[in-house]
Amino acid sequence: MKAENAKLVDTYENKLPFSVLEEIKNSVPDSASKENIKTILEETFALYLQAKINPGECVGLVSAESIGEPGTQMTLNTFHFAGVAEMNVTTGLPRIIEIFDCQKTIKTPMMEVYLKDPKIENVKALALKIKETKFSEFVTSYSLNIFEQNLKVTLSRELLDDHGLDVKDMIKALKLKAKGFTMESDDGSLTFIHKGKPEDIKDLYNLKEKLKAVKISGLKGIRQVLPVKRGEEYIVLTSGTNLKEVLEMDEVDATRTICNDMNEVYQVLGLEAARQTVINEVYKVIESQGLNIDIRHIMLVADIMCASGVLRGITRYGVVKEKASVLARASFETPIRHLINAALEGEVDALTSVVENVMINQPVPLGTGLPGLITKLK
Amino acid sequence: MTSPAKHILVPSHVKLSDKEKETFLQSQNLTIKELPKILVNDPALIGSGAKEGDIIRIERASATAGKTFYYRVVING
Repeated sequence: MKAENAKLVDTYENKLPFSVLEEIKNSVPDSASKENIKTILEETFALYLQAKINPGECVGLVSAESIGEPGTQMTLNTFHFAGVAEMNVTTGLPRIIEIFDCQKTIKTPMMEVYLKDPKIENVKALALKIKETKFSEFVTSYSLNIFEQNLKVTLSRELLDDHGLDVKDMIKALKLKAKGFTMESDDGSLTFIHKGKPEDIKDLYNLKEKLKAVKISGLKGIRQVLPVKRGEEYIVLTSGTNLKEVLEMDEVDATRTICNDMNEVYQVLGLEAARQTVINEVYKVIESQGLNIDIRHIMLVADIMCASGVLRGITRYGVVKEKASVLARASFETPIRHLINAALEGEVDALTSVVENVMINQPVPLGTGLPGLITKLK
Repeated sequence: MTSPAKHILVPSHVKLSDKEKETFLQSQNLTIKELPKILVNDPALIGSGAKEGDIIRIERASATAGKTFYYRVVING
């Protein structure tokens, strides 16, 4: 398209969506005259106005029905094994509920960690580095000696070498937890001896349990790691999330690494990123179930969840709590509690929305019921 | 850490000047209370110097419209 014609198209910037203008620019041939383009734009604009949703249309209701109906076809089965790997993912209806209710702890938190330099060796190294490893994983055997009042722990050489650690690093990591005990390291084993007078054998037993849970390496919360090929490059899938600390690592590509827990994304990347995560995650479920729901419906729900500046679920503690009308809140869940509280506080219901007007049998402010009429008296 | 603003999930957040704010509210026939909100301590607003009452223009990549503008008013959390 010629430059002057492109300029003409740009004058419709505020009237037509960006994607429509792009399409016009790409599909109109160079030979088109200025007049032709003017007509095209005018007609597109007229069609666009026709396609727009009218003021007063109840889009929320349409969304609810559009998501609800295919939702009945969704699997109630929670788990699904993604691909060849033994990584299980919540899908289907349970996942949708999880997202829309904005639950604080989701069933299968996951991250996709991208690398700046996605070579296979780097991916493997990173996978080992971020996996949360507890002390108990390095241990081959514990032996509690009752007569000498000590605890001997034998460590696995191979695992230590894999992680690039040695016995000294272990001592450093365990020092804080093993207060009141002296540690002696031997080739590949650690011996804990009670400082001072030997006391109850129970102390040693408690120490053993405490040591098991000490974190040696990795990031807190990352239970499982799995290097996989995604398109052309290798990435690390993790089960368990710690988005904040992963993004702080030097080798991680902090622009593409994502997480499926919207609350965590909200904390780390902010409201808009959380909104996008909600949309992406819901759409992923819908696609995997072979359903077809227009993305606008999901965008609407996500926008409502983010409207108050905080990420809120569609629950009686979230979005519904924000409603101004007592009757609207009472019609959702736990009606009696809402009514009693409203009565105690002396709340006033302005009856400006839909549900309360349905209840009292009055016209609802939707469609033709929305505009008020004013008569000009002569 | 690289700032959250560089992440693919985070669209660009731009603070409107006072003049732009006026013209925007007038052209849309809105009061500031009716806009969707964003907290002043949102990670995406770090370094933008936004304060309570400012309007943030968000340029979203939309699946249907290519790109769209969304407006949020900054509130104290």
